[in-house]
Order: sequence, then structure tokens, then C-alpha cells
Amino acid sequence: MDILAGFRDPALCRGMIEKITAEADKPFRFMEVCGTHTVAIFQSGLHSLLPKEIVHISGPGCPVCVTHESEVAAFLDLASMPDVIVVTFGDLMRVPGPKSRTLKTAQAEGGRVEVVYAPNEALNIAQANPKAKVVFLAVGFETTAPTIAATVKMARQQGIDNFYALCFHKLVPPALRVLLADPETAVDGFLLPGHVSAVIGLEPYQFMATEYNAPAVVAGFEPLDILEGLHQLLAMRREGRPKIMNCYRRVVTAEGNPKARAMMYEVFEPCDALWRGIGLIPGSGLRFTKEYEAFDAVKALGLVITEQKPLPGCRCGDVLKGKMRPDQCPLFKTACTPATPVGPCMVSTEGSCAAYFKYRLEG
Amino acid sequence: MANAKIQGKILLDYGSGGRASHRLVNELFLAHFNNPFLAAMNDAALLDIKGPVAVSTDSFTVDPIFFPGGDIGSLAVHGTVNDVAMLGARPLYLTCGFIIEEGLDFEVLERIVVSMAAAAKEAGVVIVAGDTKVVNKGAADKIFINTTGIGEVITTPPPSGHRAAVGDAILLTGSMGDHGLAVLAQREQLSFSTQVKSDAASLNRLVERLMLEVGDIHVLRDPTRGGLGTTLNEIAAQSGVALLVEEDKIPVSAAVAAGCSFLGLDPLYLANEGKFICILPEEKALAALAVLRSDPLGVQACRVGEVTAPAGTGTVGRAGQVVMKTRLGGHRLLNMLEGEQLPRIC
Repeated sequence: MDILAGFRDPALCRGMIEKITAEADKPFRFMEVCGTHTVAIFQSGLHSLLPKEIVHISGPGCPVCVTHESEVAAFLDLASMPDVIVVTFGDLMRVPGPKSRTLKTAQAEGGRVEVVYAPNEALNIAQANPKAKVVFLAVGFETTAPTIAATVKMARQQGIDNFYALCFHKLVPPALRVLLADPETAVDGFLLPGHVSAVIGLEPYQFMATEYNAPAVVAGFEPLDILEGLHQLLAMRREGRPKIMNCYRRVVTAEGNPKARAMMYEVFEPCDALWRGIGLIPGSGLRFTKEYEAFDAVKALGLVITEQKPLPGCRCGDVLKGKMRPDQCPLFKTACTPATPVGPCMVSTEGSCAAYFKYRLEG
Repeated sequence: MANAKIQGKILLDYGSGGRASHRLVNELFLAHFNNPFLAAMNDAALLDIKGPVAVSTDSFTVDPIFFPGGDIGSLAVHGTVNDVAMLGARPLYLTCGFIIEEGLDFEVLERIVVSMAAAAKEAGVVIVAGDTKVVNKGAADKIFINTTGIGEVITTPPPSGHRAAVGDAILLTGSMGDHGLAVLAQREQLSFSTQVKSDAASLNRLVERLMLEVGDIHVLRDPTRGGLGTTLNEIAAQSGVALLVEEDKIPVSAAVAAGCSFLGLDPLYLANEGKFICILPEEKALAALAVLRSDPLGVQACRVGEVTAPAGTGTVGRAGQVVMKTRLGGHRLLNMLEGEQLPRIC
């Protein structure tokens, strides 16, 4: 028995769509801040079923998409270094860097790049290649940071001294603050990321309601989860009482996962970070703590992260901040396609431009 | 079955053309493939074929070489037999070329050859020519096999990707994604690997029955690399039509659905090696389904959609587009991917 079947039930979903349609008496702009939501909304066909008053905007919720140009250049440099094996999740393989180079091209040029499904596989690679420096590309949000912290701890326990991580982790709440402070973004309500919330809980989002009057709902990834989230957002607007609601109780608790956070903050600590298309956001990144800095690839390999300018004409920032729909970007489907990506939003599985290209029917 | 004379590892000598090569040919390939064409030991096989001929070639580099439901040897037969069959042809002959990495265990090679021989026998095809090269360690990954298939075309005009016509029904013979996920799970040693099995099988006998008992088949395609999504897009583009498929009609096993959900993969872009798409006039669809379902390779056969006139408005795609009606009743594109699917970060 598939316990999730009920959350995909077409009749239940249709009923909820009817409710939302009846309640959406004026335009409501909602932003989802998680790439998995972006894909779910398109893949399930919800995008084509919501009434036109409900305007769907994708936020900076795809970790690959918000990886800064300077960070992309740094990991591409790393992949060309002799005696280095870069270990990564598959999503980063096609992300374009300077001169349109990617990890795929670095691999074709002789660089050693291994795609893994779980970060601890990097430790096996490190043990199998004792003469190489094995660097895991730690890109992701609060969801992935604890598992990478656990991998670093495991490396220390097992005495693996040729394993490092290039830590470009990002934290979601500081980016939400930037969006809310920007009057041009104009979002009426937020769908908060389910997986990130499972780690951080609800507390870090409270400022959205208290300081910015923005309603927000933590939602799961099945169609009914998303529809329930939208329904609650509309209800909060109608009642004029914005708050942070948890509609994903089967996975998320108000306090989140303290063990995962403790693991994460034993190995990493918050720092300022660059976000692609947005710029520097204070306290929005993670770096190694003093105790674990021996695992920091930047320090151990003497990597220099140099400032990279965005490509001229690239509007990824406006797309990531919800100021522009992907198909409104002048480069969409012209200069920027999955074959000739200008930005990562076009190649990441969870990128909004990729979702528009792959799933959206025109006309 | 085991051969006493050749043991241990395959050495470069076995591809040298000298005595070692002859021993390999005689004791392994001739012994298992066992037919008069090969036994003649000429530089080429003499074949007698009349009428239009279907030819297809494919190279097999699958990693791992043994996977649940098959191996590189049986796959090299099924894959090429199926490509020939998709032209509505009766596959008769195969050739095979082996590129073997020095150091491969002879026992492994023999298992592969035995598996090829069994697959060829089951499909009713004869392996009439072959070649073996042994390359330095690292120059190939264990073993690569190329097969070329030759078959006689049994209907005119033969099915073709250009012939999807507005109003045709789109049939699918079974569940999607089994082969692709089985190989991936075995390669990555994923925990659910035991639950998913490759569907690799030769489809030629089922195709022949369909051609002879139903007829008027416009398109036959096996959705191998790139999966159903890619193959449907190819057909839509070749025929200049729009296709409409219904998500809830496309069979996907529970194990494949769960594995894909875990890895962030879409089963509609995973390879299949024992299924095909059949596009034919709507009025023939029921008869075709009856034939397909009467065979073990087509028990799950179903109608998954239809060919529509291109419009590019509302829920109808433009020429070359595939539109999917989702389980919820929404519509979206089922687009072609740029490259292989990549597992996501979270």
C-alpha cells in the first residue's frame, strides 16, 4: 500500500482546486522556495489547472541555481587540478562556468569527476585512491548540510586524510529576508520548503509573518500537499492574519531536527555568502569551524576564489527573485536552452527555467 | 559447458590472429554459436536473402556486464533483433564484434557467449559472422560487443517513424523504466536493486504476429535509450504531428516508481529493452491489444494515447510536440531531454 497515494488522488485534488478557484477572487502571487516544489507543480500538471488568479512564481529554491559564478569557476578550476578527484551530486555536472566550461567538459579534458548519490560514497573513493585528493562539492541547503557534516565526521573517525569538502552551502531564511525586503518581488504568500523545514523547524521563518506580514506554509511535495498549502495561504489572506503554518506534519515538526542541526553546527558555522543573481547575503552561508578546517578544500588545496561577473544579458537574478518569469527572459529558448545554457537555472533538474522549457505548454 | 583448454585470463595473444586466436574461435565461439555459416571459416558469410532487407547495428557497452534480468551478451542479441523487428521485419542473421579488455576472465567471456547463443536461439536468429579484438588493459572496460542484424521485410510499406497519422492510437506493450533502473541500481549497488529486473527480451516473434494477424501498423519503435519520452518526441518530429498521451495509462511498476522517486529520476526517460510502442489506426487498436496481451511479453499492453493534428493552442501540442495529460487532468509537455538524467541534490 502506497501511503502517499491519497496525496495524489485526482478526485481529492480536483475538489481542492475547485475550492481554491472559488476563493481566489483576486490575484494571489505565491512563491515556492524549493526546486522540488517547482518540478512537482509542473510535472503533476498543477500549473495548468490552477485558476489564472493564482500566479506561480519560483524563488531561489534550487541550490544549483543559486551557486555563484565565482563558486562555479572555483569548482571547475578544482576539476582541472592534477591528483584531484571531484565528487559531486549529478546536478552540478552541466552547470556552465567561464567560457561555457562545465564539469562534463572538465571530465572530457581528463579531469576526474565522480557522480555519487550520497556524500559518504566520497569516503570510499578517497580510500580507494589514497594518492589523490578527493573533494566533495558541498552545494545545497540545510537539507544536505547535516549529511555532509556527518561525512566529514566519519572521515575524521576513520582517519581518512585525503578527503575534503568545498563548502558552498546556503541557508534559506536569510535569502527569504532579502526577498521580503525587496518591494519589487511583491509576493502574497510563500510555500516553504518541506525538506529544509524538516531540519530547521518553523522558528527561523517567524520573522516573515511578524516583520513583513507575509503568510507562509510549509508544504509537502505531492499535489494535494501543495494545494492544501495554497488553500491555507488564501485563507490567511482572507482573514488578514499572516502566520507560519505547518501543512507537512507527517515529516516536519515545529522544532525541526535538533540532532541534524547539532551535527551541522559542529562541523560548520554561518558566514556571509554570495548567491547567484542576488549577491552577498549576510549570514547565509556555511564554512568549516576551526575544529574541522583541515577538511576545508579551499584552505587545504590553496584554492583562490576569484570574483566572476555574470554574463551580459543574463537575467537569472530577476528570475530567482521572482521578478521575471523564465519565459519573459529575452534569452529563454533563444540564446539559453538546455543545449546552450547561459545559467544553471536552465540545466539543473530543479531549475525554474529548465522546468518551463521541459514542461510548459504555450498558447 | 566449461572448456578445459582455455582457462584464466584473456591475453592480448587471443586477439593476435595466431594460434591463440584460433583456439578462442574454435573452442568458444564456434562451439557455442554452432552453425554452418561460421563453421565454413571463410572471411565472409554467404547469405541468400530475397526482397527488401532490414539492417541495424548497435554497440553494447553496458556497465555492469551482468545485471538482474540479463547481461551484455543477451542484451547485444535482444537489442539488435528488436531494432530489425521494429521495421516490421523478420530478423534472420546477426554478426558480432567483440572488443575485449586484456585480463578479462575467460569464464566471464564464456558466460557471455553462452548467454548470446541462448538468446539468439530463442529469437530464431543465426550468428553468421564475428570478430574478436583484445585491447590493452584500460583501453576498454571489460568487454564491448557490436552486433549487426539482418532481416527480411514482411510487409509493404514497412512501419516507419514517419507514418504516425492523425487519429491513430498509440499502444505500449508494458511497463516503463525497468531495464534502465535495474542497470543503474546494480551499478551503484543501491539497496532496492534486487526488486527491479531488466525487461530485456527479443520482441521479433510478437512483432511478426502483430504484423500478420492485425496488419496496417504505421509505427513500431522500442523505447530504448532516452526512454518513452525521447522516442515519442522522435516519432512526433518525424511524422510532423502532435502526440497526446495519458500519464495514468502508462504502466510503471511500483518498484520502479519508488526507485525513481528516491533518485529524482523520471521512468519515462529510462531505457527499456523488451517493450515497444505501436501506432496504428484506432479501429485496429482492440485487435492489436488482444494479440499483444496473449503473449507473455505484452500482457500489460494498453492504449496510452493518440496522434493529434498539431495546433499549438490549449492542450494540443505543436507539430513535433508530445503532450501528456497528467493524473490530475492537467496538461504538460513531455519533452526530449538534452542528455542523460542526473540525480538531484535533495
